[in-house]
Amino acid sequence: MSVLTVRDLSVVFRTETGPLSVVDKVDLSLDAGEIVGVVGESGCGKSVTAMSLTGLLPSSANVTGSAVLDGTELIGAPESVLRRVRGREVAYIFQEPMSSLNPVLTVGRQIGEVLRVHEGLKRRDARARAVELLALVGIPSPAHRVDNYPHQLSGGMRQRVMIAMAVACGPKVLVADEPTTALDVTVQAGILDVLRDLRERLGTSVLVITHDLGVIADIADRVLVMYAGRIVERAGVHDLFAAPRHHYTAGLLAASPVPGEHAGTHRLREIPGLVPVLVTQPDACTFAERCAAAEDDCRVQEPRLDPPGGSGHGAACWHPVRQRRGAAS
Amino acid sequence: MRGYLFTRAWQSLLTLFLATAVVFLGIRALPGDPALALAGEDRSPEALAAIRAEYGLDQSVFVQFGRFAWNAVRGDLGTSTRTGVEVTAMLGTALPVTIELALLAILLATVLGVGAGTVAAVRRGRPAEWLANGLALIGLSVPHFWLGLVAILYLSVSTGLFPASGFVPFLDDPVANLHHIVLPVVILGTGLSAVIMRQTRSSMLDALGTDYVRTAKAKGLRPRAVIGRHALRNSLIVVVTIVGLQLGALISGAVVTEQIFGLPGFGKMTIDAVFQRDYPVIQAVVLVTATAYIGINFLVDLLYSLIDPRIRVGGAAA
Ligand SMILES: Nc1ncnc2c1ncn2[C@@H]1O[C@H](COP(=O)(O)OP(=O)(O)O)[C@@H](O)[C@H]1O
Ligand code: SF4
Ligand SMILES: [Mg+2]
Repeated sequence: MSVLTVRDLSVVFRTETGPLSVVDKVDLSLDAGEIVGVVGESGCGKSVTAMSLTGLLPSSANVTGSAVLDGTELIGAPESVLRRVRGREVAYIFQEPMSSLNPVLTVGRQIGEVLRVHEGLKRRDARARAVELLALVGIPSPAHRVDNYPHQLSGGMRQRVMIAMAVACGPKVLVADEPTTALDVTVQAGILDVLRDLRERLGTSVLVITHDLGVIADIADRVLVMYAGRIVERAGVHDLFAAPRHHYTAGLLAASPVPGEHAGTHRLREIPGLVPVLVTQPDACTFAERCAAAEDDCRVQEPRLDPPGGSGHGAACWHPVRQRRGAAS
Repeated sequence: MRGYLFTRAWQSLLTLFLATAVVFLGIRALPGDPALALAGEDRSPEALAAIRAEYGLDQSVFVQFGRFAWNAVRGDLGTSTRTGVEVTAMLGTALPVTIELALLAILLATVLGVGAGTVAAVRRGRPAEWLANGLALIGLSVPHFWLGLVAILYLSVSTGLFPASGFVPFLDDPVANLHHIVLPVVILGTGLSAVIMRQTRSSMLDALGTDYVRTAKAKGLRPRAVIGRHALRNSLIVVVTIVGLQLGALISGAVVTEQIFGLPGFGKMTIDAVFQRDYPVIQAVVLVTATAYIGINFLVDLLYSLIDPRIRVGGAAA
């Protein structure tokens, strides 16, 4: 059963130099208790997609399309509705756990704040719950840590605090935007374990956004590959790693880890060329400039995900890769 | 925290001592013989020698300073060479005037400045920001003395709403006291608020762009909580510095305002002492000013550590 269904989501920023198309016709669905990974190079529009869901983009962003959360349309919903959704039904974890926490408030206060605003808890009760939540995300001596300030905690601990804050109200969807990128490799695995554990225990659906295929291999059930604002491939994690269909995905995977392995240091391999910055979305494959298999039709008509709107393995490519990985070499 | 306080207190005392010493020696190094200035008509060698002996001017500078410092510690700042009045008594009447003026003005300036600065940052690019910016520009570019004169002209002289000059001690008659001080406070406070407003606005804009403010919004907090609890509190660290600096400057520098409104305050006392080369009073004025600056600095540091826990812990570890 789908908790979150996103259709045709597009984001255009008004900038001083004119409009900038950053997200284009994104389709996405998230089932209950599912972990879906969104992977793509830096700047391809992953964070903007995530922020647009609950109206967190600046007013210079024009967001169109649809995002339905348990029957409620979020795109264009009034601020009062979105405020009830944020932190309670859709919660976020960000990349930099240090700068994402307020340096002048204790972690207990920052966790308690969510409970007070959404569940009307009194200060004392909110604090008690904060201690429980810190324990839930695996922070030792939580009753002591609850009164700490962010600078008194390690990077991994801070990210656990962010997670505790995010799951405080038992959200349906947890958006983890590069949750491990700023952390040491040894700490990364622990954070992913916490996310997996929360999915098991609380049934939370998780959208993991990353440019790190290692993270995807480690934690995702399904994967969406994003390139220049578009979803170019959608697949179960094993299918994606075994038989990528889009040439961009194949390029990414050229030196990739094996699904089910713990996150290592596998970062995206360089593909020659640059991610285009698009003023408008062209009726063509945006990867054509960098694609070795590009043909004339790739430049005159936009390939769409096939099958559209479904959840099976699909790629937005006119001439998909046919080989399974490893079969050729 | 206690270690931090101790270190700061110790540093403050040292700074105070050094500042006083430098000024004391500086005055002694000025050209011109103070004995000559004190002697008036009778400049015979005997008279000058008598004066030197009376004021200890025949001793070495270090002995003089030692005596001055020792007396100051005991609360004796000497007597005015012009009027013969005890300097501490002069301070006793002048300081309350200036302190009241400065505190009320800074209070008004802070409320106005932080409020308008926050609004300007939050309502960026909308009419409220233009209004706040326009007012700040006027506040910065129109001289206080001119505003003060205009206020006296229209609000005191022609309408009689406020007294044009003079001062009544608060304890004598609170209502009359406030009535006298309102105009100077408003003139001084609105001028200062422009600086505070601009500082608040720029540090608020920084704070509003931070990751933790994004987190606060993503938590579903109301704008009021996002701005007040998360953004404003962090931007206050810079604002506190500005307010502290201004308060320090006000204690010694409300001179113009005091002159215009005929307030018998510290600024007026300073001016008179300088014009009349009243050395004991000048020394006392410097001592008080330095103490005020150092005391305010100390308070500002205390406020920092209350606002920002990182400073607290850093100090305790030291
Ligand atoms: N407020 C904004 N105004 C204009 N452009 C923006 C804004 N925010 C993000 N962008 C642009 O949108 C693109 C996608 O950004 P983002 O979603 O953060 O990428 P990532 O996939 O690395 O998370 C980038 O090119 C970025 O410069
Ligand atoms: S559509 Fe054409 S250019 Fe785009 S990835 Fe497929 S083959 Fe390459
Ligand atoms: Mg990002």
